[in-house]
Amino acid sequence: MLLIRCPYCEEERPELEFRNAGEAHIARSANMAGESDDDFEKFFFIRSNPKGIIYERWRHIHGCARFFNAVRDTVTDKFVMTYKAGEPKPSKLPKNSNEMASK
Amino acid sequence: MSGAFRIPRAGRLSQAKTARFSFDGQSYTGIEGDTLASALLANGVHLVGRSFKYHRPRGFLSAGAEEPNALVEVKRDDARKAPNIRATVQELYDGLVAQSQNRWPSLAFDVGAVNDIASPLFSAGFYYKTFMWPKAAWKSLYEPKIRAAAGLGVSPDKPDPDHYSSRYAHCDVLVLGGGAAGITAALAAAETGARVILADEQAGFGGSLRFESGARIDGQDGYAWAQAAIAKLKAMDNVRVLSRTTAFGYYAQNFVGLVERVSDHLQNPGHDLPRERLWQVRAKRVVLATGSIERHMVFADNDRPGIMLASAARIFLNHYGVAVGKNVGVYTANDSAYSAAIDLKKAGVNIAAIVDLRDHPTGPVIDEARALGIEVNFGRAVIRAGGKLRVTSMTVQPKNGGGERTIPVDAILMSAGWTPSVHLFSQSRGKVAFNDETKRFVPGIYAQDCVSVGACNGTDGLSASIDEAYAAGVKAAKDAGAKTAKGTKPKVDASESWSRGMLGAAPGAGPDKTVKAFVDFQNDVTAKDIRQAVHEGMRSIEHVKRFTTNGMATDQGKTSNMHGLAIAAETLGKPIPEVGLTTFRAPYTPVTFGAIVSHSRGPLFDPTRKTAIHPWAEAQGAVFEDVGQWKRAWYFPKAGEDMHKAVDRECVAVRSKAGLFDASTLGKIEVVGPDAARFMELLYTNPWEKLEPGRCRYGIMLREDGFIYDDGVVGRLAPDRFHVTTTTGGAPRVMNHMEDYLQTEFPHLNVWLTSITEQWAVIAVQGPKSRDIIAPLVEGIDMSDEALPHMSVREGKICGVPTRLFRMSFTGERGFEVNVPADYGQAVWEALWAEGQKHGATAYGTEAMHVLRAEKGYIIVGQDTDGTVTPNDAGLDWAVGKKKTDFVGIRGLTRPDLVAKGRKQLVGLKTKDPKVVLEEGAQIVADPKQAIPMKMIGHVTSSYWSENCGRSIALGLVAGGRDRMGETLYVPMPNGVIEVEVTGMVFFDETGGRLNG
Amino acid sequence: MAKAAAKTSASADAAERRPAQAGRSVSAKNIEVKVLPPAERMSLRASEASVAALSKALGLTLPKLPKTSASKAGRTALWLGPDEWFVIDEAGKDPLADCAKVTALHSAVGISHRNVAFAVTGPAAAAAINAGCPQDLSLEAFPVGAASRTILGKCEIVLLRTADDAFRLECWRSFSDYVFTFLSEAASDAAA
Repeated sequence: MLLIRCPYCEEERPELEFRNAGEAHIARSANMAGESDDDFEKFFFIRSNPKGIIYERWRHIHGCARFFNAVRDTVTDKFVMTYKAGEPKPSKLPKNSNEMASK
Repeated sequence: MSGAFRIPRAGRLSQAKTARFSFDGQSYTGIEGDTLASALLANGVHLVGRSFKYHRPRGFLSAGAEEPNALVEVKRDDARKAPNIRATVQELYDGLVAQSQNRWPSLAFDVGAVNDIASPLFSAGFYYKTFMWPKAAWKSLYEPKIRAAAGLGVSPDKPDPDHYSSRYAHCDVLVLGGGAAGITAALAAAETGARVILADEQAGFGGSLRFESGARIDGQDGYAWAQAAIAKLKAMDNVRVLSRTTAFGYYAQNFVGLVERVSDHLQNPGHDLPRERLWQVRAKRVVLATGSIERHMVFADNDRPGIMLASAARIFLNHYGVAVGKNVGVYTANDSAYSAAIDLKKAGVNIAAIVDLRDHPTGPVIDEARALGIEVNFGRAVIRAGGKLRVTSMTVQPKNGGGERTIPVDAILMSAGWTPSVHLFSQSRGKVAFNDETKRFVPGIYAQDCVSVGACNGTDGLSASIDEAYAAGVKAAKDAGAKTAKGTKPKVDASESWSRGMLGAAPGAGPDKTVKAFVDFQNDVTAKDIRQAVHEGMRSIEHVKRFTTNGMATDQGKTSNMHGLAIAAETLGKPIPEVGLTTFRAPYTPVTFGAIVSHSRGPLFDPTRKTAIHPWAEAQGAVFEDVGQWKRAWYFPKAGEDMHKAVDRECVAVRSKAGLFDASTLGKIEVVGPDAARFMELLYTNPWEKLEPGRCRYGIMLREDGFIYDDGVVGRLAPDRFHVTTTTGGAPRVMNHMEDYLQTEFPHLNVWLTSITEQWAVIAVQGPKSRDIIAPLVEGIDMSDEALPHMSVREGKICGVPTRLFRMSFTGERGFEVNVPADYGQAVWEALWAEGQKHGATAYGTEAMHVLRAEKGYIIVGQDTDGTVTPNDAGLDWAVGKKKTDFVGIRGLTRPDLVAKGRKQLVGLKTKDPKVVLEEGAQIVADPKQAIPMKMIGHVTSSYWSENCGRSIALGLVAGGRDRMGETLYVPMPNGVIEVEVTGMVFFDETGGRLNG
Repeated sequence: MAKAAAKTSASADAAERRPAQAGRSVSAKNIEVKVLPPAERMSLRASEASVAALSKALGLTLPKLPKTSASKAGRTALWLGPDEWFVIDEAGKDPLADCAKVTALHSAVGISHRNVAFAVTGPAAAAAINAGCPQDLSLEAFPVGAASRTILGKCEIVLLRTADDAFRLECWRSFSDYVFTFLSEAASDAAA
């Protein structure tokens, strides 16, 4: 069971309290009704599924109930960092994930 | 006397406390503190099992958890019989009943042993090669036969009456292994004040100090020091000491699974104690002190009962006071077997000879053995063991060939060296490194916050291990945030030291192909099998492992992996690291399903949710159905009624008089805030801004792809407050869906969501008499049609308690849904029921509810829709706000496929024969005479007998359904084709007049 | 126990209140689990700007730190999320009424009947809860006053530490039988 740092609860909490909510930073268009078929396809159906660093959404559903974003390495299954919903995609990732997680 | 092989004054058990037990029906006496293995050996019993494939007689290889051979069934009663129990781990209690496995008709004479003679047929990979053809025979013939012939023991066929428990625990330092190193590390960490957990799989602590007679620490015998240290640790508040506890799995972020065997060693465990306790420990730091495991020598017939690891014989002697034979031979490639020979000799056991494969070993133990008069032979090999049910001799030959000499023995002790137990380290995703000098894999690159100390780290010698463990314990505690150490490092006064040994096959392991020199005892894998695997083209150790099954038995290759690897490497002509080591996986030793399931069985398997009105329905004799975790009243049969009669009666009563229905399970969400209506506009297809407070609307929720996700009636209580209902099953996911959009897409809206599903009990009162029933109990609400029209909501009181009273209908009749705070639910129901009796009302269940709504063509999301149905498909286009510029799903609805012609649409279906009720899920075709496979154009989603209509009714999704009104379609069934007519969805009261009737 | 078992009603002729699991309790060595009597409960949601006004109306300072609570005169406010408080009033005063007067932006929803509360007390209390709760319940990590929504077995709970060896544990009404049964099993194991 993973430990996940909730950016709202400001501590690591057991994975059982969380639920994954898919890839992060896929914004819903402000003009949804006017989206082209191609844009809608990209928005709704296409996900990146990378090997390595993934940006994803989690919800602390059995905790503070907040959605937040996380950077996770799909190879090591380690969380690199987590940050609040609405915050921009981090431009630089911390080098030592363990250090980050324990802060 | 507890057995003829018990040596007076040897061992640590008290001869006074005897325990009777039986094995294969024969009674024996042992001593409390014995394992089943030591007790049997004390009685001279070596033959305890038959091997997996060849059914060869087997005895004890080890004295611990690595045991591959001595697997027995331990039986308390018919339900509590556990197969594959390692006799070397099972502690003796008075009255223990054990029996051997995998033999018929008896252990000494086993018919299956013909496999041994026919063994050329069963060589490596034989499963893959032999049972290839004919294909059909695999399922009917080969698999059942193989399963019956192979198997290890028989599972109990009754429910397990024992219970199991679980515990999450957190600590600063988790120390795994309670030998000298583990105890030292735990002491060092504990003395800093850190929270420490120390676990060991054995009943007692001490690890190899249990047999190492030469160890002295802090002025005491090593074993005594260990017991004193454990007592000290147990007395500390910040330390938890767990014996009989195996760390079976090391998972991410220092999460370690342990199983504590709480009562398997007790004569009468009683009902209070669990059989096992699962510990799920999160540790800031882990110290691995898991020791090492001795390897056997690989030579011909090395599996005969009486042949065992030298350290095992030493434990049996020094701890249990048992001699494993009277005339013992020793075959070794390292020093540690000498210590065993010396201890046995001193205890009065004859040592027939020590055969040492090494050419010129030197050292104090060799000198001591010689001084005791033991015959020592260098540069020689045991090429064969004699005997069948028990070893009778060993045949010795110079290792490079020469004259043979057969020495009579009744036991052989062997040692090829020691393998560090890197299992948990490897499970933690650490990478092992091969030390070419010592020929062993030791921890290399760490992946987690852990450290290995002592023998499992390849550290030789007690003194070095204790130095290393002490430093590691202090550092682990410090890294976990503890203060500086206050303790003192234990001082080693004397210890034993062992040299390296060998890997792979000894000269007695072939190359003759008929030789059975076992590498893996439990899976019957020989040196020849591994060579053959390489010759047949296996190059990677992973392939060799799977082809031969080496290391794949329940002992996970604790004794066999390194030998198998060395033989494969030698055959391939490659260095060992290039051939690689197979990955160690959890569990370290087998774990019961009981421990994994722990509390989650019986009533705790899954929560059973009951409404506030449930006790009333139960008292009325209702039959319940499961709806998710909920129990819902399905129907209320009267005496003599079957389900159909009860449902028919309930349906008729609702339409002729009235019915009461427990709708409490409906999901309910309170949406509050100045932007509540704006939020509702975005989450539902309908318009909400103009819905007046006090009015209700049927809402449809879509996913972004345009498909129906949920539906329900929504009441506006105030400009900034909505009472939203969802389907019963959809409640949690709808809440999550709404929160998701609110938090991440529409965070600018000032609105909040609160689940109120369980705050309110909901009583639906439906039927022409419904108002007459409710009105006398209501205060402060005008119940007239003018003041409270269909689809409205009022807050007031009923029976003196607060209510949210909805005028709404899921039956097509005049109807109400009475919401009251849950604790009042049953009392208000009872009051309404009493009123209802004056008007001929009945209670109805979910089945009648389904029939009544189907008569009106009201859909059930999840039954008439399946996640691919749009509002238009369901005939609900009217509920989609045409002027809206945005809502979740608005873009999905205009996707090309969703607006294409010929989509499946929900329609009514009437069977030509009104008495025939269609099966839900049945497929619909246009032409019943077409060839199979027929083109299916739709399926039945809902189907019932409607007593109110006097015929069957059904709903179905049919391609282009609304353009097919009046068409005849066909439902092919196994016993004939059913003709149906496509109709509208409303079967009863098409004008809807009864809503105000 | 008598208190929890007693049926409370709003007025003489009003519908009888029948709380779930009323009066149930179980005890073992070093531990007692008992169902608590009904209480007033409110889910309070508000943005930062409204906290002061709501605190004033409620008569206690709404906690702003994660995993904390504030308590005064029988009323406790638990921080459940950055804009979410769970208010329990055991003194019979309705927090909804207190918040009704507040004009600052907020959402107050009555959930008195939604939950059932348990007291888990005694030296083995933390161990019993840890049978199904994966959080660290040591006093360092979860001190007196600490509060959190979390998991017990297969059920969501809200946990509040009321003393070194005492917890208040709440769950939704229909899960209360599961929770009581779970805690009963866990208590007997923690006592062992």
